[in-house]
Amino acid sequence: MGLLSSNVSITRYQVLGQLADPLMDTLTRLLTQNAIVEIDDEDMDQSAGWTSFDDPFTPDFTGSTFVMGSQFIFSFRMDKKAIPSKVVNKKYRQEMTKRLKESGKEFLSRNEKKQIKEDVIRELSLRIPATPNVYDVLWNYEKNSLWFFSTQKTANEAFEIFFTKSFKLNLVRRFPYTAALESLTNIEEDMLNKLTPSHFME
Amino acid sequence: MLDISVAYNRYKFVGYEFLTWLWYVIEHDPAQLNHVIQENINFTIGNRIMLQNAVHDAVETITIKGDDAGLEEGVLALKKGALVTEIHLRVTEEENEWQLTLKGESLNISNLRLPETGQIENRDDMEGAVLEKFFLYEKIMGWMDAVYVFFIKSRLSLEWNDRIVPQIKKWILQ
Repeated sequence: MGLLSSNVSITRYQVLGQLADPLMDTLTRLLTQNAIVEIDDEDMDQSAGWTSFDDPFTPDFTGSTFVMGSQFIFSFRMDKKAIPSKVVNKKYRQEMTKRLKESGKEFLSRNEKKQIKEDVIRELSLRIPATPNVYDVLWNYEKNSLWFFSTQKTANEAFEIFFTKSFKLNLVRRFPYTAALESLTNIEEDMLNKLTPSHFME
Repeated sequence: MLDISVAYNRYKFVGYEFLTWLWYVIEHDPAQLNHVIQENINFTIGNRIMLQNAVHDAVETITIKGDDAGLEEGVLALKKGALVTEIHLRVTEEENEWQLTLKGESLNISNLRLPETGQIENRDDMEGAVLEKFFLYEKIMGWMDAVYVFFIKSRLSLEWNDRIVPQIKKWILQ
């Protein structure tokens, strides 16, 4: 679900730290260095990286194309090849039968079976295209605020790890405690740290 | 500041109390929200509300959904000690309507629908469309943030136990 969709989910973060100056050069370089790598013709089963907001299948960060108004806008893409287990099993059994026939053996060793399975998965990985998932990112650098357009646990966790790895900046999710800290005085923060649940019906 | 993962679990109850309080305010004193936001905004409960009641070690979840669903079952759950964990809201400003689901434990916003915006006819329209959407996202986030700040300040004040909790209790028992 993207920023322009009719129905969106948003997780909000605070960004801790700053990128090195000159900012635009640093950001362009880091986005480009960590751009999504296509795996359709590779034997890899998954890939993750940054891509362009307006054209997520052709990452290009040149010319500050990721700047809109006072925001940085780009996308996090996760590609994954989903090879059905039944297809793997079918090819694996076919290959085992063929190997037994060719070798004249009655049984294959554990290592041979393992190797066959790995070969089958590798071969299928080369033939099956990866399914892309694209999540938009809106980063207000001045306010250290970032919106990630998903609330899916796996997407959020992958994004948090990849963001920190790419930019060497930490993200703090906004939830009741961290959101409260944004507006509290030191005295109120102490009170929050000692707060216990209310019981409306006792 | 506490460790983030510890704080997330420890302060889920603040999010649940926020949503329970919000339901009470929307039903009982909606003008208070206008005063907080300082704009003429109308909040109403949408078509889904989820409550949770921790009884001993067991957790009971109650979900009420449907456009014409009555909220009596929800009030009954509140009487048994449940709190709101998730709420669908409609927020209107003049002819514009936002819809969203707010989750108590994370304050995540899901199923957010903005007022109607212009169609993107070509690539040149992209930046304008993004900025228009962003303006509408910022509005709803700003309102929700203001309401949360008002809640948390009230929650930490003496007024919470002296006045607000008894009022919510009275509303539940009505």
